[in-house]
This record gives sequence, C-alpha cells and structure tokens, in this order.
Amino acid sequence: MDTRSEEFLAYVQSGGQVEAGDWMPDEYRQKLVKFIEMHGNSELMGVLPEREWILKAPTLQRKLALTAKVQDEVGHAQLIYRVVEDLGKPRNACLADLVSGKAKFHNVFHYPTLSWGDVGVIAWLVDAAAIISQKALLKCSYAPYARIMKKICWEESFHILHGRDVVLAMMTGTDAQRELVQEALTRWWPPLMQFHGNPISREEDPMYVWRIKSQGNEEARQQFLEGYVPQIWELGLTVPDPDLRRSEDGTWEYTEPDWDELKSVVTGHGPRSQERLDFRRRLLDQEAWVREAVLAA
Amino acid sequence: MTVFEVFRQERKGQPFQHAGSLVAPDAAFAEAWAREQYGRRGESAALWLVPRDAVHEVVDWADEFDLKYRRVDGYSIKARLAEARERAGTATA
Repeated sequence: MDTRSEEFLAYVQSGGQVEAGDWMPDEYRQKLVKFIEMHGNSELMGVLPEREWILKAPTLQRKLALTAKVQDEVGHAQLIYRVVEDLGKPRNACLADLVSGKAKFHNVFHYPTLSWGDVGVIAWLVDAAAIISQKALLKCSYAPYARIMKKICWEESFHILHGRDVVLAMMTGTDAQRELVQEALTRWWPPLMQFHGNPISREEDPMYVWRIKSQGNEEARQQFLEGYVPQIWELGLTVPDPDLRRSEDGTWEYTEPDWDELKSVVTGHGPRSQERLDFRRRLLDQEAWVREAVLAA
Repeated sequence: MTVFEVFRQERKGQPFQHAGSLVAPDAAFAEAWAREQYGRRGESAALWLVPRDAVHEVVDWADEFDLKYRRVDGYSIKARLAEARERAGTATA
C-alpha cells in the first residue's frame, strides 16, 4: 500500500469520515461500491417476499401497513443506489448486474413466504437482524452512506413494531394461528442465524478494516440473540436449536449455522432465487416506459 | 437529469441538515420524490432541494498567516495573569 493510502487507512481507523468528493484509495472505493450495492439490492429484492402478501393480508389495516413497508424499502433502495452512483457506478449498471445474477443480495430474501406467519416473522426478526447491521453503519467511514442510514434505521423501527404486532395478534389468537407463527419461526431460524455472516474476526474482515462496518459479524449475531431470543421465548415459542443457551459470561452458544447453505443461497441457488430474479427482470422491462417518460419530461 | 441535494429541517427553528440526494429531471419531480422520501410520516418541518451544481463548496483552509489570534487557543494568559497578580499583591500562596 502506498503512503497516501496508508494515511487514509489510519484516518478512517481513528474514526475519520470522508465525503464523495474526497480522495480515496481505489480499493476502498471498490469495497464501498460492493457493500453498498449489495445493501441496495437487498432492499429492492427484500420487498418481493412481502409483496406477495399484500393481496392476501387478513385485514385492510394490515394491507395498508404492508404496502407502506414495501414503499419504505423501495425508498431505501433508491437512496442507497444514489450513494453508489456518486461513487461511480450508475443505477442502471447496478440493476443490470442484479438481474443478471452477477451481484448478490441478502440470503433471507431467497426464501419463500409460505404463510401470514412468515410475514410477521420477517417483519419482526429479519428486520431486527437488519437494523442491527444498519445501526452499525451509522458510524460508517463514508459519510454520505452514514447520513442516509439515519432515515433507514428510523423507518426499520416501524417495521419491527409492525411485525411484532402481527406476531402478537396471532399468538393471542387460536391454536392454528399460534402454530403458523411457530412453523414460520422454525423455517426462518437457520437463515436468521446465517444472516450476519461467518464468524470471521473483525480484524480480518476488510469491511471492518476500512471502517465501512463498525462491528464484526459475530458481535452482530450476539446482539441479535441477546435482544430477541428472550422476546421469542416469552411468547412461548420454541427456537429450533437444542444447543441454544446463554452462557454465564453472557455470550450465546448455538449450533454452528450451515455456512455452505449460506454460500449456495446467496450465489443464486436458494429456493426462490431464480423466480424472484425473473420477476425483477420482467418488471424492469415492463416499466422501462416510466423511466423513459421521466427522462423526456 | 439533475442531482438535487436534500436538506431537512426536523422542527421549525432548527438548522437544516443534509439528508441525502435524489435525481430528477426538474424541481417539480424533485419535490414529488422528496415529499415521498422525507415527508411521509410528518418527520420534516421543511426541506431545501438544492441542485448540486448550485452548491459552491469550500473545503481547503489555508492558514499561512497563522491566525491563532482569532482562536481561544491563540492566547496563553496563565503566566501573565500570575505576574499581574504578583504586582497587584493579590497572588495567593
């Protein structure tokens, strides 16, 4: 690494932040684009599992709330792609790489949404896991990204509440409703445990080294377990991991997540990966006229 | 298409803070999108939408004349104050 890059690295490691117009090492810019683009892709693809339930939501209130959540997430994607654009990669290129399967999106959005129980568990626990990662980005060394994260985290907190409300309504309902939540939790637990990534030490994680993230993968997972397992247990739900327990020093022990599954899923081999990419591809073509009309305005 | 920088004021009287940016063909489109992004839950009292080209940025601060006299760290009064107290006979032991 040349001296200028070394100085830059020392600057961000001491808590320094940079703006779009500032000089930055190519390696840092590439890491930023990759990370932020994947975040944008995940927001955009993340609405698809929920979108399927807008028409099937049990009440008008739930339908409106779910529609609002979908609008929030698409809005996040727009803000995030804007940040990527300023780093040099146009939104069209991001979308092209997404639908061609070249770029990745988060593992949890590759799975089916089988019941209304899944909708509750996604909004509550997937959004909870996501907000932990996103809160760690409020201190990102790239300041324009850190700034939009404020709005994103604020909106995610509504989603968690909405999800918890859906889950609580079902848990105070009939046995069949409670069973739907338990089944959904059992399905979603393995992907949730994979969500924060393998337990690579933060010093070896390039995203931490450049202070794009401010915490390591395992720290994020521990925070998730500490915050949410007690909330799951108090509802009488069972977490499908016989080895899950809080040790005396406060760290959570759990069965090793299936990292091969994570790798296979995020490279496009999940149960709904291709179907969702096909859908996104079709929509991109179908709505091209809107973009053209706006450009012609 | 124009990049608009969005500045958001949370409550009347508070400073406007940079919140993000958006791309729009003109100010009317920019307003429609900014309202969706930053106003759906009544979270903003006002927004400023500024075309990025209109922002004149100043980031380099030359200090070749050593302007310390303009700053509080430009004054070290400890020794002088001690001497002044000495002469006034108000120094404590």
